[in-house]
Amino acid sequence: MKMTKRGFTVSLLAIAANNMSFAHEAADPLISMVSINQLEQRLNNDSQSDDLDISSWNADVWLGKNLDKLWLKTEGEFVDGQREESELQVLYSHAIAPYWDLQTGWRGDFNQDQNQHWFAIGLQGLAPYFFEIDSALYFGEGGQTALRIDAEYELMFTQKLILSPELETTLYSRNAPKHEQGIGLAKIDAGLRLRYEIRREFAPYIGLNWAKKYGNTADISRSNGGDIETLQWVAGVKVWF
Amino acid sequence: MKYKINPTIAAGDSLPQPSVSRRQFVMGAASAGALIGLSGSPLSWGTANLPKLTERQTLSGKHFDLDIGYQPVNFTGKSRIATAVNGSVPGPILRWKEGDDITLRVRNHLAHDSSIHWHGMILPAEMDGVPGMSYAGIKPGEYFDYAFKVQQSGTYWYHSHSGFQEQTGVYGAIVIEPKDPDPVSYDRDYVVQLSDWSDEAPEDIYAKLKKRGDYYNFNERTAGDLWRDIKEKGLSQTWSERSMWNQMRMSERDIADVTAYTYTYLMNGATPEQGWTGLFKRGEKIRLRFINSAAMTIFDVRIPSLKMTVVAADGQNVEPFTIDEFRIGVAETYDVVVEPNDDSAYCVFAQSIDRSGFSRGTLSPNPALSAPIPNMDPAPILSHRDMGMAMAGMNHGGEGASTMTGMDHSGHDMSSMKGMDHSQHDMADMNMPMATPLGKAGYGSNKEITHVKTEFGPQVDARANSPQNGLDDPGIGLRDHQQLYGRKVLRYSQLRNLYPTQDRREPSREIQLHLTGNMHRYMWSVNGIPFADAKPLALSFGERVRITLVNDSMMTHPIHLHGVWSELETGDPEYIPRKHTILVQPGSKISYLVTADAMGRWAYHCHLLYHMPGMMREVRISHNGGVA
Repeated sequence: MKMTKRGFTVSLLAIAANNMSFAHEAADPLISMVSINQLEQRLNNDSQSDDLDISSWNADVWLGKNLDKLWLKTEGEFVDGQREESELQVLYSHAIAPYWDLQTGWRGDFNQDQNQHWFAIGLQGLAPYFFEIDSALYFGEGGQTALRIDAEYELMFTQKLILSPELETTLYSRNAPKHEQGIGLAKIDAGLRLRYEIRREFAPYIGLNWAKKYGNTADISRSNGGDIETLQWVAGVKVWF
Repeated sequence: MKYKINPTIAAGDSLPQPSVSRRQFVMGAASAGALIGLSGSPLSWGTANLPKLTERQTLSGKHFDLDIGYQPVNFTGKSRIATAVNGSVPGPILRWKEGDDITLRVRNHLAHDSSIHWHGMILPAEMDGVPGMSYAGIKPGEYFDYAFKVQQSGTYWYHSHSGFQEQTGVYGAIVIEPKDPDPVSYDRDYVVQLSDWSDEAPEDIYAKLKKRGDYYNFNERTAGDLWRDIKEKGLSQTWSERSMWNQMRMSERDIADVTAYTYTYLMNGATPEQGWTGLFKRGEKIRLRFINSAAMTIFDVRIPSLKMTVVAADGQNVEPFTIDEFRIGVAETYDVVVEPNDDSAYCVFAQSIDRSGFSRGTLSPNPALSAPIPNMDPAPILSHRDMGMAMAGMNHGGEGASTMTGMDHSGHDMSSMKGMDHSQHDMADMNMPMATPLGKAGYGSNKEITHVKTEFGPQVDARANSPQNGLDDPGIGLRDHQQLYGRKVLRYSQLRNLYPTQDRREPSREIQLHLTGNMHRYMWSVNGIPFADAKPLALSFGERVRITLVNDSMMTHPIHLHGVWSELETGDPEYIPRKHTILVQPGSKISYLVTADAMGRWAYHCHLLYHMPGMMREVRISHNGGVA
């Protein structure tokens, strides 16, 4: 039997709803959302590496109800068609306050040769002054602990033209040279993206992405011949449904 | 009790075959459901097998046949499938006579359960048409026979109470001729039924709101507004004005959840381009029976250059008074009389509360004449008052989280929380002994505002600590119309029943209910508890109680109590107006008296369709309030 995706979803809902009263089903339906927050091409703003083909993604999927959801979060980068580094989180999300969800689960980092697994506990939500916050503590192998805080803001020039600054900070509790992780402040990523919402669900954007490594992390990276600071032009799309 | 959330053809793939039953009937349109079930994609199948959109019928007599079925419509340039009654959107106008015993056979040709609720009718509970409370609903391919005595007169309406079928077209008008001579004199009358149509499936609209509460709002504050404010008011005033909204993470521009971005506003089924036309002869008195049958849209109605004399509200006659403009909440009705004394055409203009769109019609002595369509007024902007704040008092959600993130220095509501610990979790226990004597009947509540424990949590984003009295408030966006345009705008405080109050008793108790929600998560509730988790609100047969609604949210909610009247306390106990639907202004409170004179299970809910699943209660009227 041929089934469209939508029909399939509807059928699932119908099955899920069969044993429930109208009230449960109607007020709190099972909903899913796919958000590709960033799908972009990156261009280094320095002449040495200008021939690298870098693209990156940042996407979320959630499935759930008003207060409880299953979240998948993924981000990563392709360099010259090779998956350079990527990350996947699988989180159970539970609302604990009007604007805040407590999220716990697993995070896996997949690099070319070194994979790393973490237990994640985080807080995601909307802070006063409309800052979108995604912050989490990660407990990894060998006693490594990471703290990552991401904050994003949306400045509306018009109803559809939106400038979105974003700042992400990463800290580690100890040195782990094989993962290029050094104690203390390790990395700051800052982005500035100007998007135009052709529809709510579809917005192309252009922007800048700046990243810098600090402290021991920078030293480790430097000794491995990595970049300490990068500034990139980005162009991509934000899509959700 | 069986409900399906997907009433429309849009859910084509999952449409079940109509079940075979003894009461199954075979009709042309009935096979449409099966046909759709086989045809795969809903957009691909031909509409040739379905009947053409019918001109709206007017039916009268004592027996009525209503058929709910799929109906191709085109309101936007795109063909869509509506759920319609007797092949038209809106469905037929039903003309009844007060005192008649009527029967109505309602057949469901849909692939989903359906129902008809007679909105505002005083009737036995089992005839009220609410699946899960009055009866089990009407299964696909089956029918239900309604039978009741018409005990009132005036303008009412009917609609499906199943899933989101109101959005897709299952609604129509009821006009009841009085037994005694009509106190309103008029030469002709027209039903003016307002509604909102979307090409999107209602469950898609609902899902989008859950994903992004501001999805349909294209009137948010922009950087340009910020710049203008700073230039006009200076930096510090702009900052202080905005800091509350910023701290609360709310938008002062959040006026309507669903807007003209997806809606086409209809007047008697006509789009704004088409326009509805009502003809008159000069000097005639025309009675316009306004009914708001929209799913989500509150309208502001006026007829430029014509004074309107309000003669009835929610079907009940009121002492006539003259206005230029009125707000009509979803499910409310107003009857107005106009007397054009020249041969010009007049525009009947109904703009949505957020000013994203309008519906319109023409009153004209001549079909060839048209009237200029006025511009819409500026969109309302919410103020601190609409948050129920006495400047410093609003507490807002997020305390727990703000402590955790250290980003919010509020927390001034902790003391009030402690004070609330004696309160109870459920509705049945809301009937706390009163510390202060009840306010006199007709004058409203003098009880203090208390927030029960269940109002605190992720499901509630705001609580009004100092709600204004909503009685004398024309509503957001209308308060300055007298001053700006010289338009007299209807206020509830002007409503005075034409006849003396029937039940003169003092209320024996007061029930304070809070309209709560989390707009960000798009969750709605009463006292923080959604319908699914709430106990019924128990009333004792025969008792007279006061209900005080406190709107803790910043949306305007039309609250409809089935089965019994909501007698609005306007400050005149002698002539209390009787309504079935009460608009509760944002951050405001309002009180009404209820005589529990109808046994059974009744629905009590916000009539905004996507608020209703959560913001609903069952009211159970039984002897001794169900207590043995």
